[in-house]
Amino acid sequence: MKYVDEYRAPELARKLLASIEARSTRPVRFMEFCGGHTHAIFRHGLRQMLPPTVQLRSGPGCPVCVTSDADIDRAIATATLPGVILTTFGDMIKVPGSDGSLQTAKAEGADVRIVYSTLDALQIARDNPENEVVFLGIGFETTAPTVAASILEASATEVDNFRVLSLHKLTPPATCALLDAGEVRLDGIIGPGHVTTIIGSAAWEFLPRDYGVPCAVAGFEPLDILEAVSALVEMSEAGEPAVVNSYTRGVHPEGNRTAQGVMARVFEVADAEWRGLGRVPASGLAIRQAYAPFDAALAFPVKTGPAREHPGCRCGDVLRGTAEPTDCPLFGRACTPVRPVGPCMVSAEGACAAWYQYGGILV
Amino acid sequence: MCLAIPALIRTIDGNSGLVEIGGIERTVSLALTPEAQVGDYVLLHTGFAINVLDAEEAHETLRLLSELAEFIAEETGTGLAVEGTQGTG
Repeated sequence: MKYVDEYRAPELARKLLASIEARSTRPVRFMEFCGGHTHAIFRHGLRQMLPPTVQLRSGPGCPVCVTSDADIDRAIATATLPGVILTTFGDMIKVPGSDGSLQTAKAEGADVRIVYSTLDALQIARDNPENEVVFLGIGFETTAPTVAASILEASATEVDNFRVLSLHKLTPPATCALLDAGEVRLDGIIGPGHVTTIIGSAAWEFLPRDYGVPCAVAGFEPLDILEAVSALVEMSEAGEPAVVNSYTRGVHPEGNRTAQGVMARVFEVADAEWRGLGRVPASGLAIRQAYAPFDAALAFPVKTGPAREHPGCRCGDVLRGTAEPTDCPLFGRACTPVRPVGPCMVSAEGACAAWYQYGGILV
Repeated sequence: MCLAIPALIRTIDGNSGLVEIGGIERTVSLALTPEAQVGDYVLLHTGFAINVLDAEEAHETLRLLSELAEFIAEETGTGLAVEGTQGTG
């Protein structure tokens, strides 16, 4: 496939690895913010191929994983309301809340449907005018504009039974929260490629400016990731932190202004609750007053009991980068992709799922 | 969830486009990429094109990587050739 295969060239990857090894003289730890990167790194075995001086650590960049138990409980409670069809991306359906998941709610009779696109959810609303169709709005800046666009289309075409439960989150504030906590020393950040397609590489300038941390924005093929690691090693060695765009075919400094405009029209910045990070100021997206009729949180103000996380689950620590999945006593034993305890084992972007699937770990 | 894949635009009809992804065709929304043209590759995410891929930058990245690899090979004496990287992108 064009724009994929050529970025997997093994010979060039070996050369890049040799260049990284030749330049890296002191131990460094870089965090790949994005769960998509974590999976690409594991799938292609990059961790093992990097020199021992370069350590990679997974970050909080998995929207499903950082959704709080309280928000999952709200989604499940909404799904069980009479007449509601709850539509969601597939990743979310197996994530356990305090008591069950959307999957168990579906098994008990709730109408929960997996969709590929928010536009599919909109079509379900058109096809079922007697029902209320709620789309579970999970995702970072990559996904939020697509959900905003569906709300604009619902508004323009007068689909009045379509609502969104917006749990969207913003990545730069979470990165700040992580660095402010100072629990884990980071020498560089591999910037999330597709988030940055939307927000632009300039959005990461605060990292070198305010934290002295270099950032290299990366695509998702092995050469993309190695190029970013190479740039981070170079900046670390030189002591000259900056933002480097290693994904120039997909990312511009200013980002996608149309998508930013659509997002700003529908959403306003609000505080948000993150698994692992807690309440992070100005890190979420709420639906603006002008589009309040599409806000599922207003239409269905469900009451849920206090949220309960599984006592042994260390997803929060994994998301903050303070623990590796294998540090969790449940990993691979009580918690597997078939019977996940925490969301990091469920999601296709979760660090635990990547370790389990590709880590070659015998448990 | 931030997965996005390259897709080739075959036809455009208003805000929608018919794209090809590895031999499979699908109708997608171009609402977030009004600048997209037939023949462009776009990044496809959950049924939306979220950006037009820059063909020149794609080629330039591969060229720079090949150059870097060659430079490092000379510098470190690893001496490996870089065939197989030309003419891509």
